[in-house]
Amino acid sequence: MSTLHTISILVTNEAGVLSRVVDLFSGRGYNIESLTVAPTIDRNYSKITITTVATQEAIEQICKQLHRLIPVLKVSDLSVNEAIEREIVMIKIQPKDEDADKILRIAEVTGAKVIDITDKTYTLQIVDDEKQIQALIELIKPYGYKDFVRSGKVALSRS
Amino acid sequence: MAKEMFTGAQIFLKSLEAEGVDEIFGYPGGVILNIYEALYNQDKIKHYLVRHEQAAIHAAEGYARVSGRPGVALVTSGPGACNTVTGIANAYYDGYPLVVFTGQVSTEQIGNDAFQEADIVGITRSCCKHNYLVKDVKDLARIIKEAFYIATTGKPGPVVIDMPKDVLTAKAAFEYPKEVKLVGYNPTYKGHPLQISKALKLLREAQRPVIISGGGVLQAGAHQELTKLAQLLEMPVAHTLMGKGTYPESSLQSLGMLGMHGNYWANFAVVHADVIFAVGTRFNDRITGCLKRFARDSQVIHVDIDPCSISKNVKVDIPIVGDAKNVLSAMIKELSSKPFTIDHEAKEKWLKQIDEWKQKRAIPECPSDKLSAVKVIETIYEYTKAFKPIVCTEVGQHQMWCAQMFKFDEPRRFITSGGLGTMGFGFPAAMGAAVADKNALVLNIAGDGSIQMNIQELATCMDYGLKVINCVINNGYLGMVRQWQEKLFNKHYSETKISAPDFVKLAQAYGAKGIRVEKEEDIIPALKEAMESNCSVFIDFVVENFEMVYPWVLAGQPLNKVLLSNDQKVC
Repeated sequence: MSTLHTISILVTNEAGVLSRVVDLFSGRGYNIESLTVAPTIDRNYSKITITTVATQEAIEQICKQLHRLIPVLKVSDLSVNEAIEREIVMIKIQPKDEDADKILRIAEVTGAKVIDITDKTYTLQIVDDEKQIQALIELIKPYGYKDFVRSGKVALSRS
Repeated sequence: MAKEMFTGAQIFLKSLEAEGVDEIFGYPGGVILNIYEALYNQDKIKHYLVRHEQAAIHAAEGYARVSGRPGVALVTSGPGACNTVTGIANAYYDGYPLVVFTGQVSTEQIGNDAFQEADIVGITRSCCKHNYLVKDVKDLARIIKEAFYIATTGKPGPVVIDMPKDVLTAKAAFEYPKEVKLVGYNPTYKGHPLQISKALKLLREAQRPVIISGGGVLQAGAHQELTKLAQLLEMPVAHTLMGKGTYPESSLQSLGMLGMHGNYWANFAVVHADVIFAVGTRFNDRITGCLKRFARDSQVIHVDIDPCSISKNVKVDIPIVGDAKNVLSAMIKELSSKPFTIDHEAKEKWLKQIDEWKQKRAIPECPSDKLSAVKVIETIYEYTKAFKPIVCTEVGQHQMWCAQMFKFDEPRRFITSGGLGTMGFGFPAAMGAAVADKNALVLNIAGDGSIQMNIQELATCMDYGLKVINCVINNGYLGMVRQWQEKLFNKHYSETKISAPDFVKLAQAYGAKGIRVEKEEDIIPALKEAMESNCSVFIDFVVENFEMVYPWVLAGQPLNKVLLSNDQKVC
């Protein structure tokens, strides 16, 4: 059975490493749901977080294949143990005048922040897990939105 | 005192020297002229000028396969680099160590679509073990050191180093690093002791065990350990195509090759085994047949240095990640440390059962009175075996016949493209083999299709006095594809009838020797004449067009659905 997995990959921070990792997914027909990458505190290394839908066997194979890449130091499937996952989402809304209050209330309840206001639009930001983000999206949908972006997940294991 | 400075081209040569490289295969071009200039002024490294860059890589692989040392190739940018791709993929698939140096346009031109620019690092990313673009001459020596280390350790493979022109002319001090520091690369050599004990327990208790010996045993130089363990535990041994020579085929316990065109009894032994002990094999579909039906009723122990190979295709009960030599030695040591018992009676019964299966042999059928390809290959084997030849093959029917008929008691004598199945591999690989072992009798058994893919290398052989005896099994067809068309596509021989030049005249045009054989009684005299010749030879064996390779397990069928002859009989 295919499920969503979050894979955390520690790599050396050098040119071409991301393509090696991404090539491995595309070359073997695995789909990437989301992808984030940034240097760690030690800038010699970067952390890549990839979410992908696959069977357990496929994930094991992906992890082993990733490990085979020379610049890859560590690969963990964070879905195995408890992990803390967060994602940042920005939604730009152009509400009708009468809806503005409701939007602000939704933001308050879901923990979203209004990070920008123009004469016509509000931009909300939420940093949360998948469940809360989905909740916000469902609540906002009826009012329509102008633009939407999500960062892709970052995750850390709890232990 | 200021350190002496060297150009990138000089550093390249000094690094090769430090690695003990004395022979390389290559082809010059614009952006690597500086290296060729440096080569001109020295005599420590011998360069073999090939006629096509693909052949340089295959030759380097042939060299690596025979010598056990990494093969080195040097080509220019753009088309030169692109031409190496098939060779690199071939070495990657079969796991042989190569270091391939490609020229690149100057760093400031990269990405500008400059003349003869190709993103070879991007192109080869998925078909090599690792690759580098050298951006600073100061990194060159370290990168070369790393490349040789990566190519030759763990599961060996090809490493590509792309060197821009300006890096080759820039200067730096030279100090060849003594050590390699790669935090992300630590191959596991030592098998887990607990897993080894578990595996031994299972093997001791097994009633119907079988060993599958693959190319990893050859790579690790573990053939003696494998042989010893097989004898200690009274286990029969089947080998994969790449594992040929890892277990003496003259031994009674040898089952020969298994798989699609493997021995009937080897496949049956694997199907009926209670424990399969697989060492250094990837469980390619050509040896497992229908995966769902493979090892359904047996426990599988799998030793491989590459964790990716384990449980990729076949679900494994006892995985052991490690080097075959290391793991097998540990097993022998543990076995020898205390007395152990095995069920001799069960083993005897099992070997007797296998002996019964051995009665079922594919009988070669030649549909006309023309010369039979099987007969030719059989005769080549019988006649040349006393001379311990290195046998290279191309890909197709002749390759399978060779794998079936040639028997080897030692590794590194049978050179064939297994994983990628590259037509055109054999001749240049044979050339590389001839460089690696200058006294050996080197045969390249080829089809009339395959040989035409890299036939130009005859010129290289003539230039350097490399002697390869090309035995062309000329049946006028791309035989293996034709065989599939005969059985599976209603004899619609779509684009498989293929013409060839007059190989005798062609050989003569190159200054080589050409011999044509159309009759059985001429096979041995031709071989004799070829062996006496002081240059490379083409023997054009004009054979029957429609011979088939049997036994044959059709793709996707389980291993025990073996076709033994043309009349569709399924055993």
